[in-house]
Amino acid sequence: MIQTDIAVIGGGPAGLSAALSAAACGARVTLIDNGLRLGGQLIKQTHRFFGANDFYAGLRGFEIAERLVREIRKIDRIDILSPASVTGIYEDGVLTVAAERSSRRVKPKKVVVATGASENMIPFQNNDLPGVYGAGAVQTLMNLYGVLPGSRVLVVGAGNIGLIVSYQLLQAGVRVEAVVESQGRIGGYGVHASKIRRSGVPIYTRHSIRSVNGGEGVEEAVIAAVDQKMRWQEGTEKKFRVDAVCLAAGLSPLVDLLWMTGCRMRFVRELGGYVALRDRNLRTTVETIYIAGDAAGIEEATSAMIEGKLAGLSAALSLRPHNPGSQRELGELHSQLARFRDNPAGKKAARGIRKASLPGRQEEKC
Amino acid sequence: MRIENHPILTFPERKRVPFSFDGREIEGREGEPIAAALLAAGVRVFSYSPKYHRPRGFFCAVGRCASCLMEVNGAANVRICVTPLEEGMKVRTQRRAEKLK
Repeated sequence: MIQTDIAVIGGGPAGLSAALSAAACGARVTLIDNGLRLGGQLIKQTHRFFGANDFYAGLRGFEIAERLVREIRKIDRIDILSPASVTGIYEDGVLTVAAERSSRRVKPKKVVVATGASENMIPFQNNDLPGVYGAGAVQTLMNLYGVLPGSRVLVVGAGNIGLIVSYQLLQAGVRVEAVVESQGRIGGYGVHASKIRRSGVPIYTRHSIRSVNGGEGVEEAVIAAVDQKMRWQEGTEKKFRVDAVCLAAGLSPLVDLLWMTGCRMRFVRELGGYVALRDRNLRTTVETIYIAGDAAGIEEATSAMIEGKLAGLSAALSLRPHNPGSQRELGELHSQLARFRDNPAGKKAARGIRKASLPGRQEEKC
Repeated sequence: MRIENHPILTFPERKRVPFSFDGREIEGREGEPIAAALLAAGVRVFSYSPKYHRPRGFFCAVGRCASCLMEVNGAANVRICVTPLEEGMKVRTQRRAEKLK
């Protein structure tokens, strides 16, 4: 059994940041990640971030991951279990961890759950055909391993992920036939949308994918217009000869482990699904469990890093309550989050977070 | 299909290794997920669904969706999107529900 102060589950932007800030506060940390490499979704992002200045603005995603991982590896107080999956959180606080050829138990005093998100599937005819791929999967394949998902692709979803993956496909030399978006407007940032349009890729709003066809894999995709209630508009079908369809239909927080802990959960549409109720310092209703990043509500990498810092710090402080200056540090992170959320996308997240917030809970005494 | 030139990324050179897919020998790069090696070699179908025998392929790439289960070196239900390729691996298409041994 591995005894540790804080177990951080997930080695993406939130988890890496949580591990760093908890260790900086003096805690012994065990970081557990199930990827083949640390860094979560950051390692496949080729675009420059324009988030908060002190959070790596101007760097490309994979460069941010490299920096965080380099810092983590320098710190002796952080042990890394990777690739390893947490398969359970038990009542006595023990985590069971499965690796390729071993399984172990970890007994932490506190846990930060930073497990990220999973991609949403959407219903359409033959959506199980090989060639229908998640956007994250396409990014992994192309940007980590240099393998193309196909030669002609239709992208479903014009949120940030759909737009970014479209651009990444173009960068890799793939022909993007079109991007379809069921909403009346493009959800992602304008900069990303105009890059794609400049490359000659049409974006069809109020359209969705109706079917894909093919024998042993996708050969054709059919889209059609929809109205505000998502009803098909007959006679508006368009067919594309494609060998892959990339789905960017949103994310859902990955909360399986949180359900196991028995913390109070609530469905919050703005956050992408069921999330744990939390206080300002990201502690759930189970005193030992903290959350950060997409697992706490779908947002994006910069806010995940700030939340990670916040959760890591507040978990560490709960073990060493008399840390001078820490209250000020918590306050700084709160205002960074508030500043970062001061835009339309951030406001939506903030609305969701209010719905998931615990009312009048006693703040951590530091 | 592998990316030849990329404006931003460079891909570290990995050793080319042979492995077998349903008895025929193909080549991949050591340490990449088996799924990447198969897709690069033009293989899209990884298994067939147990009941309706519909083709199944790559989907999530993070070991969650169970769409890429294949038999690897005799072991069934291996998630090939998160299993690194090794020289000489024997990879087979799964055509029915398999039991964990």
